[in-house]
Amino acid sequence: MSVASASAPAPAPTAPRPAPRGDRLSSWRWRHRLAFLACWACGIAVCAITAAIVIYMGVRGVQYLNLDLLLHRPQAGLAQSTTGGILDPIAGTVMLTIIGIAIATPLAVVAAVWLVEYGRPAPLARAVESGIEVVAGTPDIVIAIFGLAIFQLPLFAPLSFTASGGGVFGRSFLAAGAMMSLIALPLVFGATREGLLALPTHLREASWALGKTRICTIRTVLLPQVRRQIATGSALGMGRIVGDTAVVVVLLGATLQIEPQGNVPVLSTLRGTGSTLTTYVYGNSPAGEGNAPQKAYAAAFVLLLIVLALNAAVDFIGRRGKGSS
Amino acid sequence: MNTRDHVVDPFLDDALPSLPPPRRRVRLDRTPVPVESASGPGRASTRTRGPGGPERMRIENVTIRYGEKAAVKDVSLSIHAGEALALIGPSGCGKTTLLRTLNRLTETTAGATRDGRVLLDGEDVEQLEITRLRRRVAMVFQQPNPFPMSIFDNVAYALRVQNRKTPRRRELEPQVAEALRRAGLYDEVAGDLDRPALRLSGGQQQRLCIARAIATNPEVLLMDEPCSALDPRSTAVIEDLIGELRRDLAVVIVTHNLAQAHRVGDKVAFMYLGDLVEWGDADQVFAAPRAERTRDYVAGAFG
Repeated sequence: MSVASASAPAPAPTAPRPAPRGDRLSSWRWRHRLAFLACWACGIAVCAITAAIVIYMGVRGVQYLNLDLLLHRPQAGLAQSTTGGILDPIAGTVMLTIIGIAIATPLAVVAAVWLVEYGRPAPLARAVESGIEVVAGTPDIVIAIFGLAIFQLPLFAPLSFTASGGGVFGRSFLAAGAMMSLIALPLVFGATREGLLALPTHLREASWALGKTRICTIRTVLLPQVRRQIATGSALGMGRIVGDTAVVVVLLGATLQIEPQGNVPVLSTLRGTGSTLTTYVYGNSPAGEGNAPQKAYAAAFVLLLIVLALNAAVDFIGRRGKGSS
Repeated sequence: MNTRDHVVDPFLDDALPSLPPPRRRVRLDRTPVPVESASGPGRASTRTRGPGGPERMRIENVTIRYGEKAAVKDVSLSIHAGEALALIGPSGCGKTTLLRTLNRLTETTAGATRDGRVLLDGEDVEQLEITRLRRRVAMVFQQPNPFPMSIFDNVAYALRVQNRKTPRRRELEPQVAEALRRAGLYDEVAGDLDRPALRLSGGQQQRLCIARAIATNPEVLLMDEPCSALDPRSTAVIEDLIGELRRDLAVVIVTHNLAQAHRVGDKVAFMYLGDLVEWGDADQVFAAPRAERTRDYVAGAFG
């Protein structure tokens, strides 16, 4: 019980102090006991729900997942449950995530740096800040519909394909990626801003006092310091993009296979339509038209693995950064 | 006492012989001037401790406001090469604000305005390019604030033009070593200059900051309570260092520690609520202060 006698081998034998009163559950008031119990119950419930989802999806996924499914393209056919795989949805998810985050990260980082380091004129800074908050709070289906309205303008015809009548289709990987970036942007922005705000003023002043410009200070002193926060924000943003359905349904065309438009190798794919794992799960579930729940489970399992991997990446980045600095 | 005996640097006197006489008599702001001090600037003091070189900076009727509130009111001072000027006074009296004005760092505070002029070698600091000014008027802060880089990179960062990668490390090595040597840190870190600067002790970090500040060969070194975060041993090391550095450049040091002001300062300026109450040789200010408020502060009556 006595900490002092345990840690220091004192020459004079000290009498063990009596245990402090009040640290045993039986001596608590019943209200406190109840609250204590509630804390435990809530914590366990959260863990149990998470575990239930992961285990259920894991069991179902392992049950239906096989290499054929992963390596074959989806096919439309009468025997939906036996033909075709999920290669295209996986590729679509990866492509869309890369496009989205590649647009979102630079935008968000530059915006956050401007806001924290310059922030003038102040009304504009406030407008930017609340604007990003609004984007963060907008439902993704609203963003998707808005994107469709935008990308169907003749101005954006090169981003998707144009029907024979002259109408712009407005749905492609580029269009969906651009709108997906809006979904990831607030997360990257928020993480970067918090990181920059947490940097002490004296770090900036030390650099300025050496005759360095603001821009040089930002590049050489500040940005390397918030690299970890940017990485964390990006990983979180990627998680959001991977998991988003509405934008894919509305803006990617949600065709079963990736369908390139045009003849230029890479551009044609980017301008084309396709699907991601989320729309594939939706399409094949009993809620959608395809009636192949086992494939939906398999795809959902793969989706879950990707999201878990991204979460693990966030955790890893955070831990490594903490250790090194 | 030995560290205070100042070695005359003949180079300084030879190089700039035609400048006005460096020493001026005590000037009192808003305090009745005793009759005998009106003898004029021609009479050189015999009690000065440093030789005092040519005038480096001159502060003319500077008033600094944060919004409506004046932090520094109509202060005039001059700073000479080869001597250390200690700014003393109770907290919130504008010492640090005045110091930060000398390299225009107050401008980074929103709402700060300045009246009056600050001259560096006869040029208004407003006219100078700010990056050039800050390389000539370097600064050391209260908290040791090395960058989270290696020791070498900390000093090299100061030497490079903005964030250019050239000159390369090999070319910078002698300059970095020289700066570290002048800051009295080289022998302790020479073995491994790639060590992260944040692994150094507090006193070493502060000396690294001094090395970083003097790497560009500034003319004036501003120090904002450089020892207040350090233990007595590190403080003594840095005070000795100030005694050394003072030979080649003008040092302005803000301090709360009166004993330290007495130890390192050739001149002492006492500020109170934004006013410059008294400014003169350290011995005079401490032994025979002219203003009542100075007398009380030096005696420890307030502050």
